[in-house]
Amino acid sequence: MNQIGPIFRALLRNKVGALLLALQIALTMTIIVNAIHMIENRSSMMARESGMDEANQFHLMYVGYKDSFNERVAVETDLLEIRKLNGVVDATQINSTPLSGGGWSMGLTTTPNSQDGTPVSLYFVDDHGLNTLGVELVAGENFSQTEVTYRLSNDKQWPQNILLTEAAAKNLFPDLTPAEMIGQTVFIRDDEPMTIKGIIDHLQAPWVQWSNVNNVMLVPQRGLWNANRYLVRTAPGERDRLMREVEELLLAKRDGRLIRNVTAMDEQRDDAYQDFFALQTVLWVIVTVLTLVTALGIVGMVSFTVNQRRKQIGTRRALGATKGDIMRQFMLENLLITGSGLIIGVASSIALNIWLVDTFSLPRIGWHYLPIAMVVLVIVGQLAVLGPARKAANLSPALATRTT
Amino acid sequence: MIAYYGRLALLSLKKNVLLTGLMIAAIGLGIGAAMTTITVNYLMSADPIPSKSDRLFAVQVDNWSPNEAYDEPNLPPDQVTWLEATQLTEAKMAYRQAGMGTSYGVIEPKGKDQKPYLASVRITYADFFPMFEPPFLYGSGWSTQADEARELVIVLSKEANNEIFGGANSVGETVTFSGNVFRVVGVLDEWEPKPKFFDLATGAFNDMEDVYMPYTLKQALELDTSGNNNCWKPIAEETFQAFLNSECVNSQFWVEFEDPDDKHAYLDFLHNYVAEQKQLGRFPREQNNRLHNVMEWLEYQEVVADDAQMMMYMALMFLIVCLLNTIALLLAKFTGRFGEIALRRAVGASRRTLMLQYSVEAAIVGVLGGLVGLILAWLGLQGISALYGDSTEGLTSLDGTMIAVGFALAIVSSILAALYPTWRACSIAPAGQLKTQ
Repeated sequence: MNQIGPIFRALLRNKVGALLLALQIALTMTIIVNAIHMIENRSSMMARESGMDEANQFHLMYVGYKDSFNERVAVETDLLEIRKLNGVVDATQINSTPLSGGGWSMGLTTTPNSQDGTPVSLYFVDDHGLNTLGVELVAGENFSQTEVTYRLSNDKQWPQNILLTEAAAKNLFPDLTPAEMIGQTVFIRDDEPMTIKGIIDHLQAPWVQWSNVNNVMLVPQRGLWNANRYLVRTAPGERDRLMREVEELLLAKRDGRLIRNVTAMDEQRDDAYQDFFALQTVLWVIVTVLTLVTALGIVGMVSFTVNQRRKQIGTRRALGATKGDIMRQFMLENLLITGSGLIIGVASSIALNIWLVDTFSLPRIGWHYLPIAMVVLVIVGQLAVLGPARKAANLSPALATRTT
Repeated sequence: MIAYYGRLALLSLKKNVLLTGLMIAAIGLGIGAAMTTITVNYLMSADPIPSKSDRLFAVQVDNWSPNEAYDEPNLPPDQVTWLEATQLTEAKMAYRQAGMGTSYGVIEPKGKDQKPYLASVRITYADFFPMFEPPFLYGSGWSTQADEARELVIVLSKEANNEIFGGANSVGETVTFSGNVFRVVGVLDEWEPKPKFFDLATGAFNDMEDVYMPYTLKQALELDTSGNNNCWKPIAEETFQAFLNSECVNSQFWVEFEDPDDKHAYLDFLHNYVAEQKQLGRFPREQNNRLHNVMEWLEYQEVVADDAQMMMYMALMFLIVCLLNTIALLLAKFTGRFGEIALRRAVGASRRTLMLQYSVEAAIVGVLGGLVGLILAWLGLQGISALYGDSTEGLTSLDGTMIAVGFALAIVSSILAALYPTWRACSIAPAGQLKTQ
């Protein structure tokens, strides 16, 4: 360790070179820390569950365009026939699905005409909704077949009973347990009362970036509007076959409608998070290439200084320094430079994060990113210096001291 | 002389291929990353209608709830109601004006082997076509009389015309849309303004609609509303007309002025209009009317995605790292040549000539780095468009400006990077250096 003094003094003779390398390492750390933070942030959003049985579900849209198309007859017979298909677990009509990016939201309140409502997204389903979605009741009951009604485009009336996700219900009644929430009244459209019939564990709203993404209300109604959607849940492994069969079944009716967007739920997930995945990939590429550039820069710099210091190395070796001493000299020198760069890096990483928090409302970085990044960069620096340092150590003293 | 320096530079660059390669790679990677992300941002914020972007204005009026603003801080809604879209258009107080919205419907097959076609619709007024200047392949837009008489006229996009008529001139033909027979008056050519500035509600880079028809038909045919619909007040009755008369915003309203300064007179008109509406019991908030021209509107609506900006800042920092790398490498390289430099100084070369010589060397590195960078940028843009899919269509092409910017950035940054090392190399005292030899 008593080598640090001479190494430090040697560094001072090439202040600018060392400073440039230190700055480079500081910036590298800043970028890596913040990029990984963004990647992690997106990963945690992507890891949130929709609450559905995504691997075994698909949905499709149908649009009636002939006057002869009777929405009510269609939905009743279609669902009976789909449910009878071999491999179908259950099916329901639904206006939208989680991860789809398009849907309907309304505000609920616990007192009539109150100002601050709890936003919930709405799914219109029948008594098969829960089973098709694959969600569990935490308390209360599912809709019964008889309470499912029909809804026209301009209807303003709301049914008596509804189901809520536990998250939505907690927003409305923070102090009640799920069992106590059953039978409570909530208001929609200012003063129309509805009763909570059941609480379901978890289901996402259609918008993955919505701040209230866990607030969902299930409404026991079938929509009689021109365009609507069926959601189908199948036995494992049967989905792809049934996607074709259900579409064929509906098209074969030739009742003046078209079928669009037959979509598997996990495909829907990929679509919903495509931008997230893309940003992550771009950042990974930047982080990887950046680390490589920095490492290669170190290799280049050290190779060059080794070349320049051939004579000194030869002299040190001639005076009794071992190969290990020479190796250690270059490794320690790099450690000093990298270390000071990383100390600047901690400050600039935090500074950049503060700016990102302000400008793009990103969350704060966790402190654990900093030591991890430091350790990784120290290792990268040491590995980069290993090759040139070994070359220096292997210089023959006799050759190295000879004047060129 | 420069040519001679060029030869010298090439010789010196060849002498240490590893170092030269590292420098070119560093600049190339930095430029490549920066250019990829700058291009995406540049195309996202491009002027979609340069000939008149300063004369087209998006109109906002504040019909929102008395209790809370549409958005903080006290911002009016981004869209307007059906009432404003129709009344303001019919007031004709600007040079041109068009309310508009979106709908959808099914176009029935013409022949046996055709399939029904689900079409997205832009409903708007006659002025839409002269205002936004979509190119016509056949025919033209409809007339103001058609708006007033609620004629069943339709303009097809090129795509829809290909689908329904196999690309033939269909002007004068009919199509059956949701049970009504429409007459084709025009067919558009390819038209994909990016961003889709006149309707940002459902995505700034969405596809254009398949067909266009008069906004006045929304009431007449009770057309469905698609896109974004926002309400603060419950709708009074269960009728379509009650929905139209409601305070729900789901339409856009644009005006064109002959002179941008006409906006002041138009703001006065809006003030009077809102005052009148207040008499009718609407507009409970204070007057908050706004006009934004196209570029202001794109800025106000923050069309450039946060992700694209973050990527660009990351890439620019990456470029700085690459430049620091290059400075350090050049410094090392020039330091190794102090002896040679001292000799040249001693035999009469002035500092200026040496500076020039080494700048030429740096510029060659810059040009080569720029070339590598542009190739990488092109690859990077292919990657971005593969990763993001359709949503980046039209946002990932390098145009002449961007190629020029790329080269300029590469050369300027490599000369900047060479500045300090060159200065260091040329300011050594020849005598001292020569003595140590």
